[in-house]
Amino acid sequence: MEFEPIIVGFLCNWCAYRAADLAGTMRLRSPNDVRIIRVLCSGAVEPRFVLKAFREGADGVIIGGCHLGGCHYSKGNLSALGRARLLLKLMGQLGIDQARFRLVLVSASEAAAFVEAVGKMRNDLQKLGPVSSCSAGAAAIEARESVP
Amino acid sequence: MKPKFAMYWASGCGGCEISLLEIHDQILRFAEVFEIVFCPCLVDGKKEDLAKLGDGAIDLTFFNGAIRNQEDEDMARLLRTKSRILVAYGSCAMEGCVPGLSNLSTAADHFEAVYLKNHTTVNPEAVIPGSRSEVAEGILSLPVFAASVRSLDQVVAVDYLVPGCPPEGVQVEKVIETFVGGSPLPPSGSLLGAGERALCEECPRVRNVRRPTRFYRAHQQIPEEGVCLLEQGFICLGPATRSGCGARCPRNNMVCIGCYGPPPGVDDQGAQMIAALGSMLDPGKDCDGEVERTQRLDELFSGIVDPAGTFYTFSLAKSMLGGKVGR
Repeated sequence: MEFEPIIVGFLCNWCAYRAADLAGTMRLRSPNDVRIIRVLCSGAVEPRFVLKAFREGADGVIIGGCHLGGCHYSKGNLSALGRARLLLKLMGQLGIDQARFRLVLVSASEAAAFVEAVGKMRNDLQKLGPVSSCSAGAAAIEARESVP
Repeated sequence: MKPKFAMYWASGCGGCEISLLEIHDQILRFAEVFEIVFCPCLVDGKKEDLAKLGDGAIDLTFFNGAIRNQEDEDMARLLRTKSRILVAYGSCAMEGCVPGLSNLSTAADHFEAVYLKNHTTVNPEAVIPGSRSEVAEGILSLPVFAASVRSLDQVVAVDYLVPGCPPEGVQVEKVIETFVGGSPLPPSGSLLGAGERALCEECPRVRNVRRPTRFYRAHQQIPEEGVCLLEQGFICLGPATRSGCGARCPRNNMVCIGCYGPPPGVDDQGAQMIAALGSMLDPGKDCDGEVERTQRLDELFSGIVDPAGTFYTFSLAKSMLGGKVGR
């Protein structure tokens, strides 16, 4: 069976989520169901949420926000961009391929651009395969949680 | 009869034992109150003697050092059984500390780097220590080297945690007072000897003066006194570190390297530092497009050469991913 990657999408309420919603309304063919988590702003997505998604088994993570200059809260997407660039650098050291994480900036009307970004990530992830198991980390967490 | 006290070092540096002396003359009172039954750094004692004690015979154990190999794990389990109260004392036991950084590589990588590819090691026969070796005199054994470094609470149940590399003297006094003062003990699982805020809250440097325009490593620039180090472009982990040390390093013109671990409510120090850094940068001209801005950010972050090593110097083993995935 073909590997169907799990993509988690943290989408901002004002642009990216609406773009994804519009993609549905327009019946655009999306190659993969993104597990969408609606957030108020891409700047509200803590880097730890992204790492946690990978720990819990995501193969890819997309943060969706507004175009620069179009943030509903003026500068949230700027924070998101700054964090994303540094997080990518860290992820490389933690053994997570950079193709597994992307910040996508789209407006509410750009359904096609959103679908294209998801499709591209899915193709990349199919080549990469699943995240090599976080065995040691996960084992340690299990051990911690099962301590009497 | 005096209550019994033990202190043990697993994969640590011994600095935690020294930190106990940082309580100065209080150490005399400590020695009056407790009978030290086991502490390889201070008194002679063997594992066999420890094993002979009844379960729960030790009233208080300070366990420092991370769990690197099978011996560390065995000692952790043994001391857990023998101790009424087990304290993960210091950063290694609490969150893996510097030994935890080895979780960025595999055990095989370590052996190769240390025994085979090390320029100062002469090893023509490519001997790598094994857990069991047969020699003429019999069988020799070494503790099995674990795949990962773990914190104490990833191995056994821990009653209290004391952060710091090593814990600060004033805080050590408070920790000891907790146990000898006679007041009811805090709830199990509490963090002792630390503050409840981020380190920046106890740092005297002035903030909100400027935004970093480039990042410096310690040898590249001498920081200006009195102004926030992070805003000057030095990677100071203050925003992602728990208070309690009195901001000793920033007071001495050194960046905080994060030894007190993440502040309350934060479970990943590195991610917290990225959150702080990402949102404090100069937003630049509004006309910049995504591409230009991304380039500028990447250029700026090229000054942070080792994010994992810098942001997780102390907490990698307890971080969200625990180290490099799939190692």
